[in-house]
Amino acid sequence: MSETTATAPKPFDWSSPEAMAKRKRRYAADRRLRLYGLVSILVAIGLLGILIASLVVTGYSAFVQTKIAVEFTADPENVPAEDPGAGNFRAVVSNAVQALFPEIENRRELRTASKILSNGATTIVRNHVIANPGLVGQTFTLEVPASDPFDQLNKGVIDRNLPEDRRRVSDAEIELFESLEARGLVSTPFNWGLFFNADSRFPELAGLAGAVVGSFYALLVCFLISFPVGIAAAIYLEEFAPKNRWTDLVEVNINNLAAVPSIVFGLLGLAVFIQVFGLPRSAPLVGGMVLSLMTLPTMIIVTRAALKSIPPSIREAALGIGASKHEVILHHVLPLALPGILTGTIIGLAQALGETAPLLLIGMNAFLTSPPGGIMDPATALPTQIFIWADSPERGFASRTSAAILVLLGFLIFMNAVAIYLRQRFERRW
Amino acid sequence: MTGYLFLAILALSLIAFYVGRSTAGRFVAAHGAEVHSRPIYHGAFAAVWVGLPALVLVVFWLLFQDGVIDRLLIASLPESMKQGASPSQLSLYLSEIKNVASGRIFTEPSPEISAAAERYQRWQAIAQWAMVVVALSVSALALYMARTRMAPQFRARQNFERALDIVMILSAAVAIIVTLGIIVSLTYEAIQFFRLVPPHEFFFGLNWEPQIPIREDQVAGTGAFGAVPVFTGTLLIAAIALLVAIPVGLFSAIYLVEFADERVRGIIKPVLEILAGVPTVVYGFFAVLTVAPAIRQAGGMMGIAISPNSALAAGGVMGIMIIPFISSLSDDALRAVPQSMRDGSFAMGATKAETVTRVLLPAALPGIVGGILLAASRAIGETMIVVMAAGLTATLTANPLEGVTTVTVQIVTLLIGDTAFDNPKTLSAFALGLVLFVVTLCLNVLALRIVRRYREKYE
Repeated sequence: MSETTATAPKPFDWSSPEAMAKRKRRYAADRRLRLYGLVSILVAIGLLGILIASLVVTGYSAFVQTKIAVEFTADPENVPAEDPGAGNFRAVVSNAVQALFPEIENRRELRTASKILSNGATTIVRNHVIANPGLVGQTFTLEVPASDPFDQLNKGVIDRNLPEDRRRVSDAEIELFESLEARGLVSTPFNWGLFFNADSRFPELAGLAGAVVGSFYALLVCFLISFPVGIAAAIYLEEFAPKNRWTDLVEVNINNLAAVPSIVFGLLGLAVFIQVFGLPRSAPLVGGMVLSLMTLPTMIIVTRAALKSIPPSIREAALGIGASKHEVILHHVLPLALPGILTGTIIGLAQALGETAPLLLIGMNAFLTSPPGGIMDPATALPTQIFIWADSPERGFASRTSAAILVLLGFLIFMNAVAIYLRQRFERRW
Repeated sequence: MTGYLFLAILALSLIAFYVGRSTAGRFVAAHGAEVHSRPIYHGAFAAVWVGLPALVLVVFWLLFQDGVIDRLLIASLPESMKQGASPSQLSLYLSEIKNVASGRIFTEPSPEISAAAERYQRWQAIAQWAMVVVALSVSALALYMARTRMAPQFRARQNFERALDIVMILSAAVAIIVTLGIIVSLTYEAIQFFRLVPPHEFFFGLNWEPQIPIREDQVAGTGAFGAVPVFTGTLLIAAIALLVAIPVGLFSAIYLVEFADERVRGIIKPVLEILAGVPTVVYGFFAVLTVAPAIRQAGGMMGIAISPNSALAAGGVMGIMIIPFISSLSDDALRAVPQSMRDGSFAMGATKAETVTRVLLPAALPGIVGGILLAASRAIGETMIVVMAAGLTATLTANPLEGVTTVTVQIVTLLIGDTAFDNPKTLSAFALGLVLFVVTLCLNVLALRIVRRYREKYE
């Protein structure tokens, strides 16, 4: 061994300029990392803000609807008193338009003028007269929706100052509309039609009623299947299952199913439920079944977590006074775990409510002008309705789509708020 | 009708419960403490036996009734109609028969069809009534059997609990049945597809034009099923998404775990989770409404032509969607690193940044990689964003400014609308679905395994 001289290392001078510079660099690196973190969080939150802001900006105008108060005369000549439904309401509407603009004399201009009213005006007047047969032969005032271009014009989406060839309404049309405005016939009340009308080709008439009912039925089916099956499976896996290969396989399976792309469930639904079992296309029943397969893993996982959180002392106390294992679970563990399970269920259903892709594959994107009457009728769901409207070219549908998204987000926020409330109200710390 | 049947079975089951309970009540009155099970278990035993078998029977009956009647109808058609008819022709006959049967007649149906329609109506009525009769008699028989078995010493509780066990085991088995159902149905349809299009063409072909001839004599209508451009498009969009999400997600996780105090954490974490809770159709609309036009405008200002459905817009928005996945999984991984390692690093005089980059990140790397793999599988399988924002034509390109298509877009566009299951166009969707399922499954299994092994290391 060579001899080493064990001299003490030269003491490091912490206050030397090099050391100071190095420390400064290290602190700068520290601050940089913190800054990167802060910036990325701000980016993420900012993107969320932009997302919501852009939806609100395009969507808020769809919550009001331009309406025009028109005096209709249900002439007995056009509307037979004995059978008002068979009347010629097209003529009633065009007479009313003529009465609105007495100065118009030629037919072409009259036709342009009647385009201010929605295409659905005939139906609205007809339904009104059928509901009140006493109106035949009378004159009555009804507020009918303005058609989409004039609705947009009134809301300021179409700029009146643009040159005529760059907007969808001509100067003549604007003049007619302004004369209505001057007479105080134009109003913009809250758009109840958005919630109570079914889908329509005309943006001013299209509403979400069908989609909401369809989503409700699909979620009902989903709940009826996934809630009992999920709880039963979770109880078995958590409380009874022996630790062996088979239960391992089930567990791995559940974890994987939770991560399978949703569209694959749609393929399964199409190939099995529709092709093999011959269930009807577009039905909320099939939609709910597909959604229940998707929510099942979530249900099982949250139920197991809820069961696990019940302390063993409760089980032991019940076992100690002679309850059977099933009684322990049914009488004590399950009731105590129920708030947790319900919270998880609501969150699972909220996920199912926003799911779109599998519903497209089983045909829940049909164009339907009336809400479904039951779980076997063709239906749409809220997210598929959003998809359909997003694909429609009319300008009015862009704001309707945003409004529909806001409604969907409203439902989701409501469901999650209920879940959070349940958790805070009933959660017990042991 | 079916709804009433379900109600009737439930009512019968309820009646059985009361019958069972009151019978046991009489036992108790006569024998006192000798009676083995409490009356309520006798009731529950009877209710389960009356209700469950009948319900299961009805569900299976409903599932298979239409299929069986369809087969019978086809079999009952005269030979002259079946001769040389393709499956799609047969299904056309079937829907015509059903239309006629439900009174939607557009043209005068041929005598064979109207005869078949009459048969169809008759068989449906027979099947319905047969179902009611069979289900109710099963219930009644079960009630009778349950009643004869009841005795003071009868183990009603054990019997009821055994029935519960069976129900629970079957429910747990649903998870396996679903997985098997996915594998079997996708594989079956994919094999049908590979009979029509050879696998090597599908996996290595560079041309994706899933058309089929509408008329027999149509020129150049055979279509091409080379899926490589579809796969590359999927990977391109997923890669863009990960490029957006990994830095943002990872840095936010580092900030939340190491720098933020509890209060800030408690606010920011739920806000980030909101990003994960927004439905994907909303992101899709956001991409179309805001992001794609913004990117186009930016490109226009710099003089670059950007396609309206560029991979950049779809991938970028998808990246926003998966930020919370990466951040929450990295968050978990960073928190799982034992405090002692942090303390050791600080004791050596390291700053927070040095601790994070030299100690925590290497230690948490497996967990983070697992999270990224899960996010990648999510990005590959994501559907609505790309359906709305990405293109339909399959171009083989790595340029993010061009429009590309993805596996999920193709599946949706191929299967939307009415579909027949005998042509390569629809079947190719199932082949794509099978590839998607296998790839995401592999990614998930790998990720879950990495995460689990890593977790064990520190526990």
